[in-house]
Amino acid sequence: MTSIEAQVLQPYKYGFVTDIESESVPPGLSEDVIRLISAKKGEPEWMLDWRLKAYRHWLTMTEPTWANVKYGPIDYQAISYYAAPKQRPKVESLDQVDPKLLETFEKLGIPIAEQKRLAGVAVDAVFDSVSVATTFRAELAKFGVIFCPISEAIREHPDLVRQYLGTVVPTNDNYFAALNSAVFTDGSFAFIPKGVRCPLELSTYFRINASSTGQFERTLIIAEEGSHVSYLEGCSAPTRDENQLHAAVVELVALDNAQIKYSTIQNWYPGDEEGKGGIYNFVTKRGACRGRNSKISWTQVETGSAITWKYPGCLLQGDGSIGEFYSVAVTNHRQQADTGTKMIHIGKNTKSTIVSKGISAGHGQNTYRGLVKIMKGAEGARNYSQCDSMLIGDQCGAHTFPYIDVRNSSAIMEHEASTSKIGEDQIFYCKQRGLSAEDAVSMIVNGFCKEVFKELPMEFAVEAQNLLGISLEGSVG
Amino acid sequence: MTDPFLLEIKDLHATVEGKEILRGVSLQVRTGEVHAVMGPNGSGKSTLAQVLAGHPAYKVTGGSVRYDGKDLLELEPEARAREGMFLAFQYPVAIRGITNSYFLRSAVNAIRKHKGEPELDPLDFLQVLEDKLKAIGWDDSFMNRAVNEGFSGGEKKRNEILQLAVLEPRLAILDETDSGLDIDALKTVAQAVNMLRSPLRSFVVVTHYQRLLNYIVPDYVHVLAEGRIVKSGGKELALTLEEKGYDWVKPEGAAVS
Repeated sequence: MTSIEAQVLQPYKYGFVTDIESESVPPGLSEDVIRLISAKKGEPEWMLDWRLKAYRHWLTMTEPTWANVKYGPIDYQAISYYAAPKQRPKVESLDQVDPKLLETFEKLGIPIAEQKRLAGVAVDAVFDSVSVATTFRAELAKFGVIFCPISEAIREHPDLVRQYLGTVVPTNDNYFAALNSAVFTDGSFAFIPKGVRCPLELSTYFRINASSTGQFERTLIIAEEGSHVSYLEGCSAPTRDENQLHAAVVELVALDNAQIKYSTIQNWYPGDEEGKGGIYNFVTKRGACRGRNSKISWTQVETGSAITWKYPGCLLQGDGSIGEFYSVAVTNHRQQADTGTKMIHIGKNTKSTIVSKGISAGHGQNTYRGLVKIMKGAEGARNYSQCDSMLIGDQCGAHTFPYIDVRNSSAIMEHEASTSKIGEDQIFYCKQRGLSAEDAVSMIVNGFCKEVFKELPMEFAVEAQNLLGISLEGSVG
Repeated sequence: MTDPFLLEIKDLHATVEGKEILRGVSLQVRTGEVHAVMGPNGSGKSTLAQVLAGHPAYKVTGGSVRYDGKDLLELEPEARAREGMFLAFQYPVAIRGITNSYFLRSAVNAIRKHKGEPELDPLDFLQVLEDKLKAIGWDDSFMNRAVNEGFSGGEKKRNEILQLAVLEPRLAILDETDSGLDIDALKTVAQAVNMLRSPLRSFVVVTHYQRLLNYIVPDYVHVLAEGRIVKSGGKELALTLEEKGYDWVKPEGAAVS
């Protein structure tokens, strides 16, 4: 170990377990389990059929192996597909929510109790398989904005859900998306009506607590003509020796002139220094820019998870639509990340921007995998891609797989890539000016990630910087 | 009792990658003095500068260094900096995405914190910066650019001297600050250094060429060869060297400090 790596070993800050009585279904996956989940959620018949169809398709599929990550086989029959804290079946107000749950989110820095709410941010708090609270709902309703757990949307707004669910990520899209479609439990639903600029940031915080469970959340955001919304998700999980599966699906739909900004701060438990435990984060996220001049922007800061498999993408269908992807992915210790984006240009004069920053430390392996596809009819498409990798120490790896598929000769494509190393010389230079090693690393890394951080909503940019500081703390000496 | 010297190096030995570069350097610097250390390539000049600043690639294998009454070799590099030792790097390092002014303010505040002084907020710091720039007669054109990123050789060296001005060290070590500079840039940098000379500040100026010493006139000149100081004298020694070349001092062998 070089002196640069010698200081690692800052324990994961969010690894505590909430001691709360929970009910879960026994491990295993079958049509009966899916019926049970559907019944627990009080779902209509069509939803159950949809799930079963997805499940039957999933059974015919095989787990993808093309990602640049290594892990042992997952026993899908050993996972419990539903876990929920025991509480009154219908919670009318926050006063009735188990104080232990409120406390948990408080500890995570996500206050949902009335008096402590984050100003300007509406929060949906999801604990294991259920949403426990959603703040500012009444305020949002005044603007016609619907923000609620998806399980509730299925019951209360079935027409909207039916119209859009599975239209961006079909149930048979890929192995993990099919699994999610069969067993998803909760997640957020947001609907921004025509012409409305959502007055608050919308945010969902996902917490895995129960052991031997998977979390399969589903998020659906619909922005009607001319509307704007900014949404942020955060997540964390307790420190455990076992690997836990998190297979989410996120679908975004932007109609004419609508804009969706989707930001993620992903901090699932990454496993310990030897790579024991940690979350398998196998996620499908996609946005459809259906309308003319619509825009979807993904910003992600990925610091957690033992393994990340995630490619938030955009289908640029509407003429003049814009897709953006800004990403910082950090792998420390034995973490592995295979992440990037897919930009599919279908409409005319569509534009996409990709800025990816990968940081590897310890024995971390970081892969950027991206696809930019210009379809035949996409006259005047433009793409700019920038992939930068930073290495800390000499045991880690950075890999880049940029795929480009151009079927229209009017396309303008730009690609830039760089790999740099935080070296002893850079640290020494900072130290010679009086800065500590920690401050030096945090400064160098934050400078490296600046183009991505500036895309985050203000309230979260600071959090992201701090998080990055924590997950790399000690990786340089 | 206070030491008569701000910096006192005794019989210093140091290696890099197992190879001995310094083989018994001794040097004494009083507060307010300017010492030039000259020598041919490979004589150990830059090694001396790096060892004094505490670069981890260099290993001290013998001798002692006292700085301001303390055992310098016991201090971490950042502690040396906070105690007022400054190294102007021969090859300054770039830090992308971090502006020069942010970097400098962080450095100033690290030092202020060490001294128990309140940290400066961005506005206060801007004032300090403007005063310093005015004092050395420079504009603020590169303060909002990333640290040394895309800087020309001359800009990098100027940036080092600006940092020196802002951090107000008690001992400034200039490591081949003249290398890669044309004559105009050399004059600009030297003028700024001269304005920063003070009875309370000492300089160790490491250089290969005499020409820098035409502009920064030292009190003492030392010649380093094969890891030892082989000759010391006043400023006229530099001129003799210029005339006769380094071969002239080499045969003497032993230290004469």
